[in-house]
Amino acid sequence: MDNLLSRTRHQAVFVFFAAAVVCWAQPQINPDNVKLTMAHVQGSVYVLMGDGGNITVQVGKDGVAMVDTGFAPLAVKAMAEIRKLNTGPVVWIVNTHVHTDHTGGNAEIMKLGMTRESVGPPRLVAQSNVLNRMSGPQPNGAPPIPEAAWPNDEYFLPTKDFFFNSEAVIVYHVPNAHTDGDSLVFFRRSDVLSTGDIFTPEHYPIIDLARGGSVEGEIKGLNQIIDITVPAKYQEGGTMVIPGHGRLCDEADVVEYRNMVTIIRDRLVDMIHRGMTLEQVKAAKPTLDYDTQYGATSGIWTTDMFVEAAYKSLSTKTVSEK
Amino acid sequence: MFAALLAVPAFAQVDFTGEWAPLYHEDGPERLPGPELGDYTELPINAAARMAADTYDADRISVVPEYQCRPHGADYSMRGLGNLRIWQEIDQNSQKLIAFHTHMLAWDSERTIWMDGRPHPPAYAPHTWQGFSTGVWDGNMLTITTTHLKVNYLRRNGVPRSDKAIFTEHWMRHGDYLTVVTVIEDPVYLTEPLVRSDNWSLDPGQNIGIFGCEYAPEVPRPEGTVPAHLPGNNPYLREFAGWYGLPYEATRGGAETMYPEYMKKIAGEYHPPAKCSRYCKCTSLFDCNLNSK
Repeated sequence: MDNLLSRTRHQAVFVFFAAAVVCWAQPQINPDNVKLTMAHVQGSVYVLMGDGGNITVQVGKDGVAMVDTGFAPLAVKAMAEIRKLNTGPVVWIVNTHVHTDHTGGNAEIMKLGMTRESVGPPRLVAQSNVLNRMSGPQPNGAPPIPEAAWPNDEYFLPTKDFFFNSEAVIVYHVPNAHTDGDSLVFFRRSDVLSTGDIFTPEHYPIIDLARGGSVEGEIKGLNQIIDITVPAKYQEGGTMVIPGHGRLCDEADVVEYRNMVTIIRDRLVDMIHRGMTLEQVKAAKPTLDYDTQYGATSGIWTTDMFVEAAYKSLSTKTVSEK
Repeated sequence: MFAALLAVPAFAQVDFTGEWAPLYHEDGPERLPGPELGDYTELPINAAARMAADTYDADRISVVPEYQCRPHGADYSMRGLGNLRIWQEIDQNSQKLIAFHTHMLAWDSERTIWMDGRPHPPAYAPHTWQGFSTGVWDGNMLTITTTHLKVNYLRRNGVPRSDKAIFTEHWMRHGDYLTVVTVIEDPVYLTEPLVRSDNWSLDPGQNIGIFGCEYAPEVPRPEGTVPAHLPGNNPYLREFAGWYGLPYEATRGGAETMYPEYMKKIAGEYHPPAKCSRYCKCTSLFDCNLNSK
């Protein structure tokens, strides 16, 4: 019971944090000021990059499959870019997690993605916790998310798969990593893995405690990415990785990021075991060696926010272990 | 006749092609047996790089399977850790130089240096160990700019180099010698550019073998283990200063320690050993006598 109360207290503390994430997810964006770039990754898979999360696009004779839909105000512009590649119906959409920089375009893409060839609306796949969170009350009094944006094909087992455009597409659930509803999406023939925000090489991982994220889950997710990916000669190329945000990567890039999170985890666990408070931990600068690469002192996810979330995530685990 | 002469493309002011063997008269102990732990001398590193190196545990190379076949980056390769082959790619129709290619023994590393004026890839493009290189002539000197490098190291005792670094080389040939001056600018780990030089001698008879590498778990460990020293817990950092009679602070790197003025600051604190005991004549693989430690 104590453990449960402790966890609940941590979650309460992070309502404010969750609100911050929501604020970041509901931006005022003028699509005219945003440049979207479509880049070929390999095989049938492309990536659409711009403001918001990366959108993975797979195209072929069967139409279009997407991983994430970006910010709502950019959906029309994103769809226009996709139509330059393929005019067929959008048949599959997978949401890697609940945040609206990855799901904001759901409702619009569901409409725009239908063509005369469509046999129904796109199948919108997500882990069931994504549906639970989208269909439930929103944190901090935020307006409810319209039903048209909800997943209509949620899954709750460790994996879900489908076959589209002549390739197997495998969706892996990663429990309690960035959130509690994270999915990795692997395009097996094209050999491309779309990771959502479990892997964000531009900054420290966002551990959304209020939505079930945890440091240990994040590390397991990164190790799972490394398990799925196979590099070509000398740790380069092979399976290509599309991160939730940032440039195209491969396994070696994920390894560096996994190493960083693991090393910081190990330091924080040691500090927690030595009884250091959060303020003492922050003062000790346990992320100093990585701050110039991944840190920030302003913006939606600062180094302080990362250290605080990681400390609280690991403190909860440490209390549970006791 | 005159028109025909005008049509001859000026592709290479200097011919760099051929087989080159590295010379180790500069920084031999660092480049041959490998750098000492805790030796950050001559590196304008910042506090982040210093902490990364202080907490680095070389077990990572064997325990993390993905590190077992992890190559040197293009910048570290030019420290001359293996023999080098350079050849040209010429467009058959125009006879213009399209690119230089290099091959090194270590990890069979091959690099292309584009000479046809093409731009560097956009920021979102994947990074590679060798990066993306373009070259321009500056008289008889070839200046090469490389971007899109993967994370690697400035020194292989854990001093890191980030994937945001820009690597510039100046290739100069004097007879049978190739001098390469390298400049690394890294906003993540350096406070000022790191300038080094390396030399090669023409060695037409050399044979570069096959490197080959396949990773394999070597020690039982939980999945995802990443060996590292906890901050303040690395017991080996002061060894280097002790062996060479240097004040510890002088071994910690940073721009200040690189310039002659720093000698005044440590005057009286440098006590070189009466007799050299480590890598005393280390300018070739044979001279370094690696068993003499």
